[in-house]
Amino acid sequence: MTTTAVTATDTYRPTRTFTFATEFRRQASRRRTQLALGFMVVLPLIILIAFQLNSNDNSNSGRRRGQFSSLVDLATAGGLNFALFTVFVSASFLLIVVVALFHGDTVASEASWGSLRYLLAIPVPRGRLLGVKLAVSLAYSGLAMLLLLATALGAGTLRYGWHPLRSTIAGDIASGEALLRLLGIMGYLAVSLLVVAGLAFLLSVATDAPLGAVGGAVLLQILSSILDQITALGAIRSFLPSHFAQAWLGLLSTPIQTDDLVRGCVSALCYGVIFFGLAWWRFLRKDVVS
Amino acid sequence: MPSSIPARLRRALPRVRLTRRRVIAGSAVLVLLVGLVGWAAWPTPAGYRTEDRMIAVKSGPNGDQDITLDTRLYLPTSADARNRVPAVLLAHGFGGTKLDSATDAQDLANHGYAVLTWTAQGFGRSTGQIHLDSPDWEVKDAKSLVDWLAARPEIRQDGAGDPRVAAIGGSYGGGLSLLLAAYDQRVDAIVPMITWNDLARAFLPDAAGGSPENGVFKKQWAGLFFGSGGSLGAGPGAGLAGLGGAPDAGQTSGGPNPGASQGAGGRNRGTPPAAGPSAAPGGSAGRNALGQVAADPPAARAQCGRFALDVCQAYLEMATAGRPGPAGLDLLRRSSPASVIDKIKAPTLLIQGEADSLFPLSEADANAKGIAANGTPVRVAWFTGGHDGGQGPQSDQDRNKFLTAQWLDHYLAGKGSKPQNSFTYSRISGIDASGEGLVAAGFTVTDYPGTTGTKSEQISVSGPPQAAANPPNGNPAAISSLAGAGGATSLVSGLSTEVPGQHADFYSAPLTKATDVTGSPTVQIKAASPTGEAVLFVKLYDVDANGQPTLPNGLIAPIRLTGLPAGIDQATPTTVTLPAIVRRFEDGHRIRITVSASDQAYTTPAEPTVYTIAAGGPVTLPMAPGTPIQNPSVIWRYVLFGLIAVIAVALVVVTALSRRRLRRREKTEDGYAQTPLVVRGLRKEYADGFVAVSRVDFTVERDTVVGLLGPNGAGKTTTLRVLMGLTYPTHGEILVFGQRLRPGAPVLSRVGALVEGPGFLPHLSGYTNLQLYWKSTGRPEAEARFEEALDIAGLGTAVHRKVKTYSHGMKQRLAIAQAMLGLPELLVLDEPTDGLDPPQIAEMRKVLRRYATDGRAVLVSSHLLAEVEQTCTDVVVMHRGEIVASGLVDDIVGDSPSVQLDVSDVDEAENVLDKLGVVRSVAWSGGNGLVVDLDGTPRSEVVAALVKAGIGVDRVVPRRRLEDAFLALVGGDTKASGER
Repeated sequence: MTTTAVTATDTYRPTRTFTFATEFRRQASRRRTQLALGFMVVLPLIILIAFQLNSNDNSNSGRRRGQFSSLVDLATAGGLNFALFTVFVSASFLLIVVVALFHGDTVASEASWGSLRYLLAIPVPRGRLLGVKLAVSLAYSGLAMLLLLATALGAGTLRYGWHPLRSTIAGDIASGEALLRLLGIMGYLAVSLLVVAGLAFLLSVATDAPLGAVGGAVLLQILSSILDQITALGAIRSFLPSHFAQAWLGLLSTPIQTDDLVRGCVSALCYGVIFFGLAWWRFLRKDVVS
Repeated sequence: MPSSIPARLRRALPRVRLTRRRVIAGSAVLVLLVGLVGWAAWPTPAGYRTEDRMIAVKSGPNGDQDITLDTRLYLPTSADARNRVPAVLLAHGFGGTKLDSATDAQDLANHGYAVLTWTAQGFGRSTGQIHLDSPDWEVKDAKSLVDWLAARPEIRQDGAGDPRVAAIGGSYGGGLSLLLAAYDQRVDAIVPMITWNDLARAFLPDAAGGSPENGVFKKQWAGLFFGSGGSLGAGPGAGLAGLGGAPDAGQTSGGPNPGASQGAGGRNRGTPPAAGPSAAPGGSAGRNALGQVAADPPAARAQCGRFALDVCQAYLEMATAGRPGPAGLDLLRRSSPASVIDKIKAPTLLIQGEADSLFPLSEADANAKGIAANGTPVRVAWFTGGHDGGQGPQSDQDRNKFLTAQWLDHYLAGKGSKPQNSFTYSRISGIDASGEGLVAAGFTVTDYPGTTGTKSEQISVSGPPQAAANPPNGNPAAISSLAGAGGATSLVSGLSTEVPGQHADFYSAPLTKATDVTGSPTVQIKAASPTGEAVLFVKLYDVDANGQPTLPNGLIAPIRLTGLPAGIDQATPTTVTLPAIVRRFEDGHRIRITVSASDQAYTTPAEPTVYTIAAGGPVTLPMAPGTPIQNPSVIWRYVLFGLIAVIAVALVVVTALSRRRLRRREKTEDGYAQTPLVVRGLRKEYADGFVAVSRVDFTVERDTVVGLLGPNGAGKTTTLRVLMGLTYPTHGEILVFGQRLRPGAPVLSRVGALVEGPGFLPHLSGYTNLQLYWKSTGRPEAEARFEEALDIAGLGTAVHRKVKTYSHGMKQRLAIAQAMLGLPELLVLDEPTDGLDPPQIAEMRKVLRRYATDGRAVLVSSHLLAEVEQTCTDVVVMHRGEIVASGLVDDIVGDSPSVQLDVSDVDEAENVLDKLGVVRSVAWSGGNGLVVDLDGTPRSEVVAALVKAGIGVDRVVPRRRLEDAFLALVGGDTKASGER
């Protein structure tokens, strides 16, 4: 038996432990992952149905007023517009919650189940554990965003057809370019959501309560948005993590306005680096006592 | 340990205990934050001081009229008689006061210039009347101010009575700066902004080239100005002031001027608020006085307000007849730089707005050409604001500010290199995504090309001749711009409207490429009119692919044609110079030339007529392609690229370093390579200062089952946590097979563990959990020995149910099975029998005994004496974070020399035993119990002695060594050394 034991040791490689695929499978089996991804598919369909109901009694309710109605009117102009509308309504809150969920829950839930200590005792190197966890969380966040866009595009195109993107500020944008711009918007949102991701991940490492990590990240984002409304803060607002959250609208104008996009990316990357760096620093030194 | 709800809650909330390190770190962060916020919010200390004073000047044609000007001087703090500074005269827009340009004045003062701002006569608290920048009045005032500056000791002088001074200002103030430079050669540089060249042409334009005598009256703008300067105040107050019989309307100090609230800045739009009815627009005055100022002084005051009578008269005439009188025209010309343009020798920076229906780009063009003809340095800049567009986007404001500072620095302060003569302009490129205004792109052209561009393209427009009706009295009329509405309204395509039947449209074919127009397009049209005359408005629309037309900046070209034939066949083409624009016409868009018979902003013939309009020739589009000016925010792109590069490099380096560290072979300490576990001098102090383990040393050899025994809180779990690499030891070390153990040490792969209860993914089955766990180790599946492990777990088919449905005992067994996966050489089990029922406990003992063969070892922690006694070969007893006993169980267990006696009379028994003299010690153990150390004396002898003494013996219980050791050391004190 001694020989067996020696062989067993020799097959251990730190770099082969806890692979991306394993973690992806572990997370895929979780109800919250399935629900979050499922919601990304269902939401565009709900919006689509809501539009259908609305258009039926449109004649009775008469003309709708306000900016929202123009968004609604444009939303049904084609698949691209519908997808844009869906992204618009989900960018400010839904995506933040989803990203916070994937990142805030990942380490904290393992800690609360007690499985974290067994992973560390395998041993999975701590840096690697975080790396894989983060990669999988990022992958699921990206997947969620892509699912949302793909479903909205698919459903919208089936219902309203494939037309150029209509925009109130830039006239029509040809379908091919509009699709690229939509992808660009998703890309920018992905980068700007790194702030939420980083914060949730940091909290996830710091606490054993998954809900605390997710909620904390969302709350701080809300606080930042509220502070951003207060113009009296002046230049300080530029340092708020959510200050450039709307910069992706620059991709809808012609020509594309990249100034705020670039600054938004810089801001998000800086915050991301700080938060992720802190998370690593904390976790590599942490006593895992849960 | 199963966590209770309160314990979980406590863990979920951060346990904040103030340690020195935390206090220091927290304070540092706080100080940093406060510092950052403070730095951002701290007001910059003013580098200047201000002096407000009323300055009396002599004015008027003969220089004998007393005027008091309300002034404010901004002096840089460094300025004094030894350190003299150049001065800037900063004039305000029409209807404004000295306070309007406060921000610009402060900027310039901080930049090292003395700035003198003043309220022009006829406005605010200054006395006098509005003479429209007349050389006899306002210009003379300004000359007096230059004299005043010459007498100030802080101002740099070029010679006796000749201060180093520049004149800058927007609109009304810009006109003044031009005129002052022409009339006072002491002025060293001027920066006129959004201002006029010929006031007559500005208010009476004719884009077909006609002179102002026959121009089309710009009634909306004229009325606006007359209204803002005409009334003493807004609303009823003005009337009361008039009735109160103030001797001279001009002398009333009048409180805050309605125009004072206009935005600050040199490019003051000079647009008054819409409040209050104009004192005397056309209507009643026209009927009563036929364009004459009323003879009665109070009536004249009501009609003219603070306007000088000649100005008032000129307006009344023009507004009544729609044409200027000779006196009025003469007055406007005298107030125009055009009349004295050849006298301007001061280097001139002309900044003109593209969104300006009052003083269009052509006014600056005329100024530029006129001044440059004298050999004077001239530079021209166009920005996207103006009287209609305001200050323009931030990029434009920054450019204007920069150009001004550069100009003054060189020509006034004598610093910096000579500014280039290049022409800069900007083009609206879209709506700002953040919803805060517009975005403009700037361009540079080496030489000023004028409004005709550096090259041009011709686009033909076509359409049949069309009839356009002139509405009686100009109502209803088309709308192109709303004078004084300001802001970005001109961009909204819905603003400009045409009245059906009153216009003719001529379309071009869709453009095949995007065309950037910079300058004045020209077009030829033909017109016929039954009266022989026509007032027409020619416009160039940008029509997008959906047919949505946009009138760039709401600019139109009014023309008055005379000598027209009645039929269109006889008409000859007229060339119309359209207003200069800067616009990109996108690919696929069409150009529409619209000729309409009416416009709200202009006076049109009152008689209804029907004109016939036909296209007369192609549209010439001037272009001036330039080099794009890099937006300052471009720097952020480099920041972004740099950041990405740094992050990428850092990631690569960190990954490489950690990989190398992982690959490094651990050194094995000699002599311990075959020892599963050596713990040496282990100490663990938690971050909050609590010492869980103060000093622990023990060894686990192969083929042994070692029990770690101790009451709750003795430090067993803490020791195991360090052993599993979950926490960092404070002192001491742990060797596993001779390798030092740190968190994540590879040697941990030879250790299987159950620490602090099971930890599984609750939503997965037991089997899947084990499989995923093994996958996480990255080792081959064959090594896992699933079958053996599952046998030990003994869960049967339940192994395929979800873990959350398991009982505590089932989870515990699954956890033991997980620890045994791969048959690790060292098995560490923390309270393994927790939750198991007696048969399972018995089974588990056998399993563990069997496991610790073939060179493997087991370390079991427990707080149950019997447990350890029955399972283990060796035992280590812990109490309060220290080892109190250790050795072979057989050595420690077995008969101990002491016995527990329950007697009827404890005190008597003690006496008897003491007298007996053969026992080593007697101790009361509560109740009727005595613990007696027999020291080799047979138990029967002791019992006999007690019975003989008449003491009843209820029980005689032999004690074992481990229990003795445990109880003696732990004593009755089962309190934990601390909680964890």
